[in-house]
Amino acid sequence: MTKNLDRTEKGLIISLPVLIALGFILPEWIVNYIQVSLGTGLVALGVMLQMRAGLVSFGQGLYFCIGGYAAGMAGKFLGVSDIFVLVALGLFASVTVAFFAGFLLRRYREIFFAMLSLALSMILFGLLSKLEVLGSTDGFNLPSATYLGWAPEGDTAKYALYVATCIPTIICTILLNRYLRGPMGYVGEAIRENELRVEYLGTSAHRAVHIKYIIAAAVSGIGGVLWALALGHVDPEMTNWTTSGQFVFVSILSGTGNIVAPLFGTFILEIVRVYAVEASPNTWQMILGTLMLLTIIFLPKGLWSLIQKKKAAISTQKMAGSES
Amino acid sequence: MKTFLKKTILSTSICLTAVTGSALSYAAADEVKVGFVTFLSGGAAGPFGIPARNAAELMIESINAGKVPAPYNSAGLAGAKINPIFIDENSKQKVADYKKLVQKDGADIVVGYISSGSCKAIAPVAEEEKKLTVFFDCGTPQIFEDINTKPEYLFRTAAHATMDNVAAAKYVLSIKKDASSIAGINQNYAWGQDSWRDFSASMKKLKGGVKVSTEQFPKIYAGQYGSEISALLTKKPSIVHSSFWGGDMEALLIQGSGRGLFSRSQVILTTGETAMQRLGPQMPNGTIIGARGPNGPLAPDNELNDWFRKAYFDRFGSYPTYPSYHMVQAILGVKAAADKAASTEQNKIKSALKGLDFTTPSGNVSMALSGGHQAITETAYGTYKYNKDTGKGTLVNIKRYAASCVNPPANMKSLDWIESGFKGANCQ
Repeated sequence: MTKNLDRTEKGLIISLPVLIALGFILPEWIVNYIQVSLGTGLVALGVMLQMRAGLVSFGQGLYFCIGGYAAGMAGKFLGVSDIFVLVALGLFASVTVAFFAGFLLRRYREIFFAMLSLALSMILFGLLSKLEVLGSTDGFNLPSATYLGWAPEGDTAKYALYVATCIPTIICTILLNRYLRGPMGYVGEAIRENELRVEYLGTSAHRAVHIKYIIAAAVSGIGGVLWALALGHVDPEMTNWTTSGQFVFVSILSGTGNIVAPLFGTFILEIVRVYAVEASPNTWQMILGTLMLLTIIFLPKGLWSLIQKKKAAISTQKMAGSES
Repeated sequence: MKTFLKKTILSTSICLTAVTGSALSYAAADEVKVGFVTFLSGGAAGPFGIPARNAAELMIESINAGKVPAPYNSAGLAGAKINPIFIDENSKQKVADYKKLVQKDGADIVVGYISSGSCKAIAPVAEEEKKLTVFFDCGTPQIFEDINTKPEYLFRTAAHATMDNVAAAKYVLSIKKDASSIAGINQNYAWGQDSWRDFSASMKKLKGGVKVSTEQFPKIYAGQYGSEISALLTKKPSIVHSSFWGGDMEALLIQGSGRGLFSRSQVILTTGETAMQRLGPQMPNGTIIGARGPNGPLAPDNELNDWFRKAYFDRFGSYPTYPSYHMVQAILGVKAAADKAASTEQNKIKSALKGLDFTTPSGNVSMALSGGHQAITETAYGTYKYNKDTGKGTLVNIKRYAASCVNPPANMKSLDWIESGFKGANCQ
């Protein structure tokens, strides 16, 4: 069994108890940032997954929002607060929408894909802003999560939700890693390089893109549910282009080199933002912008390339050592 | 594998020390940390966030130096100096930012939030964190009516938005007694929708048989209102209501006055005050102007207000608008409570603030609703008149409405109160 696991997967499995333990050790406010970063990190994963196939989704907020609103509406109108039901609903809603939208989107590439995904997400934004029942732009609050009839309170509820956020995030990440290592995953890179050849080799590029799109929507939907539960509130801002843009920002910043890169990237960006606001509450965006520019200029493959470069350096050293 | 683990442990521990190290600085005993959250960037920063921040800066300095007129002429909050921490409300992680402000920065009191969406998200968290939190500007009545029905640590020192539109309806009917139809042009988001709902419901109750001729909901920050103005012109309503603010309102004023909208219908702008100084002669005479309470030119004559307007003008080169007044209301509320309790301990401030009556540049504020946690104030409306000689816009025919006349009584939801025909309203 363990033979089939690669390094990343082993690391992820070890990181789960570490993450959960951190929830008890670290001050609560940092845990809170980790928790929301895991939620949005899942969406960034979805963006990164599509980026591997050369597709930049500028509207991933659509599925983030669908997940959050599905959970919120189940709570508001049906009184459901069970986290398993909420995650399942968010997943179902986003996958259903992605299945149908995919027929359209799979035919487009490059800027056309980016603009079309953006347009779809902004349709939802406009719609939700008009709906007074759903609180319009103010959004509405979610109930506290329950777990198969167990309704914790106070600090227990915070830890329970944190643990309940860590587990699905790690599971999704491992599954995505599996997927990317499999033939369907590598097809993505092949499509990015030369779509025509992929077709000649006997695979449908449309179908592969469609599947990728649905998988990205599924993780984004789960991320939306988890994020909304952590915040306790949803509003249409979730599907605004600024939110989607941030997911792209994270993917570029962290790089597409490894599956955990977007998760780390989200957290790092969040912490940088927090300290930027603290250092300069009026011009904190400039600090983030500068960071983005520097990353693009000096690390075109993202922050993760720092780790990869180091690894490569070590292995060449070893090679040299064994030869002598 | 081992190296990976080592690296992970190393990097997390570095992160930890970096992050917690700075948390260990404790506040001095004669200092109280107050976190201020307003829009410092984004579309709402210019018209709301920055004027509010400016007012906060001015008040903090003046209070620390003991320069505010009586009854606030003692220095600090019960003698303790205010140490402010400003953060930007324009953030996607509002709750996480709030927790950081409370837990890491060690804010003793949080004053903030302009957007009703932010307030909805923060309302339950303030109780969870058990941290004295004062909302200073957001308008939705839902905060204490639906979301946080048993507030303990949460207060709001500004009256909620229902008051603005009930008073708007009363004022406009006193000017135009023969009004037969109304129309609205409001931004298509929560604030615009709520404002129009309250205004149209109030009009229907105050004057039976009044018809709604058209409801326009352009999207926020649209900037171009050609087709909406055409619709308003062709329907010829007696009254046009708008809760536009900031650049949108200025655009509507300029585009609408050019096409005669303001001479054909009586226009009422519930937040019009913020544009008065900027537009001057471009604002049509006869427009009804509100300021979300007795603020700015609608403020009553009192020493505090004279001092505040002068101090604000001297420092920032323009007169304060209503978000500034709302900020002052929040800060003075906290100061009045701290001075009364003679302590900066949050539980003592909290008990003192509950149900407190205190005086501000915009008159008396009374924490009367929701168990003493929600403020009511009187309000006022006026009609715009441009004075060519002084080159300044003024408000004439100002009418004041007592707090008990335009606010629902305790334990009654705002919309139910309007629907009941303003049951229990005391308008003398």
